[in-house]
Amino acid sequence: MSCCGSSPEFDDLDKVSRLVSARLAAFLRTLRDAGFRVGLAEGQDAATLMSAGFAARPGLLRAAFKHLFSARKSDWDKFDGLFDAFWLGKRVRSRSRTIGSAQGANSPSLKSLQGTRPEQGSRQSVTDQVPSSDDAPEGHGGEGRMEGASRAENLAEVDFRKLADPDQIALAHEAAAQLARMMRTRLTRRDLARRRGQRLDLRRTIHRNISHGGVPISLVKRQRKDKPLRLIVLLDASGSMSPYTSVFLRFIHGVLDEFHEAEAFLFHTRLAYVSDALKERDAGRALDRLSIMAQGAGGGTRIGESLQSFNRWHAQRVIHSRSCVMIVSDGYETGDAALLGREMAALSRRCRRIVWLNPMMAWEGYAPEARGIKAALPHVDLYAPANTLQSLRALEPYLAKL
Amino acid sequence: MKGRDEIAQALAASGYIADADLATAISLMQLLRRPMLLEGEAGVGKTEVAKALSKVHVTELIRLQCYEGLDQSSALYEWNYQRQLLAIQAHRGTDSIEDQIFSEKYLLERPLLAAIRRAQPPVLLIDEIDRADDEFEAFLLELLSDFQISIPELGTIPAITIPHVVLTSNGTRELSDALRRRCLYHYVDYPDVDREARIILARIAGASPSLSLQIARMVESVRKEELRKVPGIAETLDWAAALVGLDIRDLHDAPETVHETLICLLKTHEDRARVTPEVTQRLLGRVA
Repeated sequence: MSCCGSSPEFDDLDKVSRLVSARLAAFLRTLRDAGFRVGLAEGQDAATLMSAGFAARPGLLRAAFKHLFSARKSDWDKFDGLFDAFWLGKRVRSRSRTIGSAQGANSPSLKSLQGTRPEQGSRQSVTDQVPSSDDAPEGHGGEGRMEGASRAENLAEVDFRKLADPDQIALAHEAAAQLARMMRTRLTRRDLARRRGQRLDLRRTIHRNISHGGVPISLVKRQRKDKPLRLIVLLDASGSMSPYTSVFLRFIHGVLDEFHEAEAFLFHTRLAYVSDALKERDAGRALDRLSIMAQGAGGGTRIGESLQSFNRWHAQRVIHSRSCVMIVSDGYETGDAALLGREMAALSRRCRRIVWLNPMMAWEGYAPEARGIKAALPHVDLYAPANTLQSLRALEPYLAKL
Repeated sequence: MKGRDEIAQALAASGYIADADLATAISLMQLLRRPMLLEGEAGVGKTEVAKALSKVHVTELIRLQCYEGLDQSSALYEWNYQRQLLAIQAHRGTDSIEDQIFSEKYLLERPLLAAIRRAQPPVLLIDEIDRADDEFEAFLLELLSDFQISIPELGTIPAITIPHVVLTSNGTRELSDALRRRCLYHYVDYPDVDREARIILARIAGASPSLSLQIARMVESVRKEELRKVPGIAETLDWAAALVGLDIRDLHDAPETVHETLICLLKTHEDRARVTPEVTQRLLGRVA
């Protein structure tokens, strides 16, 4: 305490410390808003640090707080900006962009994601397309308009009857969630049946039998612990996929809810990590949260670039030896197809299996002509249609074998 | 703030060239008594931080290497069964044998138990915590908050001293929020050219300042290439040692040797194929 500044009088000191702690509390709130997990203990420690003289220089305090409040690389990277913005009053680009993007969640394609809630279904199909022209003048309408147009086109082209009737939509969603649940149970059971080869655990056997004077009477065996199958879903949320997105989102929500280990990503022109948002148990709320994250949908699909960022930033953490990567996309790549091929090769080296689900595959006369899918196919282990619940169900035996 | 400058000096004296923040982090560890979690790419010197820390505090380094399936008996304690059995055989017929064989004499210390039973607080390095299972992580969390260990046959063993705990993670698995919150966080990044040059200078005997700087610049531009496995500091040091061993004073003198020795940096076939002699030439051109 003694080393803070030049000896002010006691009353002043008290006032100052109250001011500081109020300010500190506000900073903690800012951090929490920015996604930091900051608890009470951290707040107390921060106060300790300030009274221990770390507040003497902003640079020192920043370094100290950075270590204290960060918990992961993303925190680490954005901390300096937040600190400067709060304590030194500098404007920070990344922060303002985050706020802007939250408003961007109103873009039409996202409403279409939210529209999967049954009670809104019928109304939504109308509002779906109207706002795209309304929203356009308010800032980033360029993408929105393109998105709206391509979506409308798709809806006309795609004869996906299930999406027309709200009741049926609800049914399909329910079934998708159910399917995910069933898959999980069966996959687990098959795991158990396949376990064999028990080994004797000598150490524990001796320990257990010390009371018999070391004569091994009761044996202790060791079972190899099986890693549960981890499913990683990468869902294409671009305009061309929009008729299918909602059903798959429900399916993924079910998978995340039921599988012990599953991760989900959404991509269009860029990749978004959505597991956390989808872990919300309530499907409607989960999709709400998702819509905030999936800002900027539309304007083509950059599968290659999305996979690149997946490989670079997420793959190491997310993929383990018993992982299956499931890509749900129509393969219409608007970016560089060669890049897609390269990234698929990199991905296939990492994981056990790559499943590519292409809803368009079941269309009559469809051939994998799109550049993207052509580049990707050599690295795909299973290429299957996924336009109906039946075809989703057909995947299960395949996954069980992994 | 006590000791922060001394820590920086001691780090430098121990041969660890730290970035500016690390001394702050270490002084925070002391002040707040929290463990430190280090993350970063493989080969950026996370483990070295713990070693340097033990030199700074002039104390022992106890290392627990994590792996899948690591359990309490190899991390915490284990009874010495052979000895217990011998004792049972030797004292057959005595009643008090049970009291004897479950005493500390028959207890094998594993790293975690050892770390809290030293007279002088050691540095406890829990390496690659992400490789251990979730259950072990939860158990570790409990240990890190209570610093006491209960052994059913013996009772609770409190800590004699609280060790300086350093955890490292390579990010092969997401760690729990609880563990992350418990720790101070430090991200170890690839060093900048200047720092890397100083590291080479400090570690490789016979490297001249000009060569060190050239190597550091070269490595920096290699890192900017699209590689599958980006070389870390350990690789840089290997390469520098190779070049010094081959008696090279200036990278421009022997471009072929430079290209051939790049195997010290490029560890996959694909990366090796990508960096052709022409690429090496181009990269060398950027090294002043």
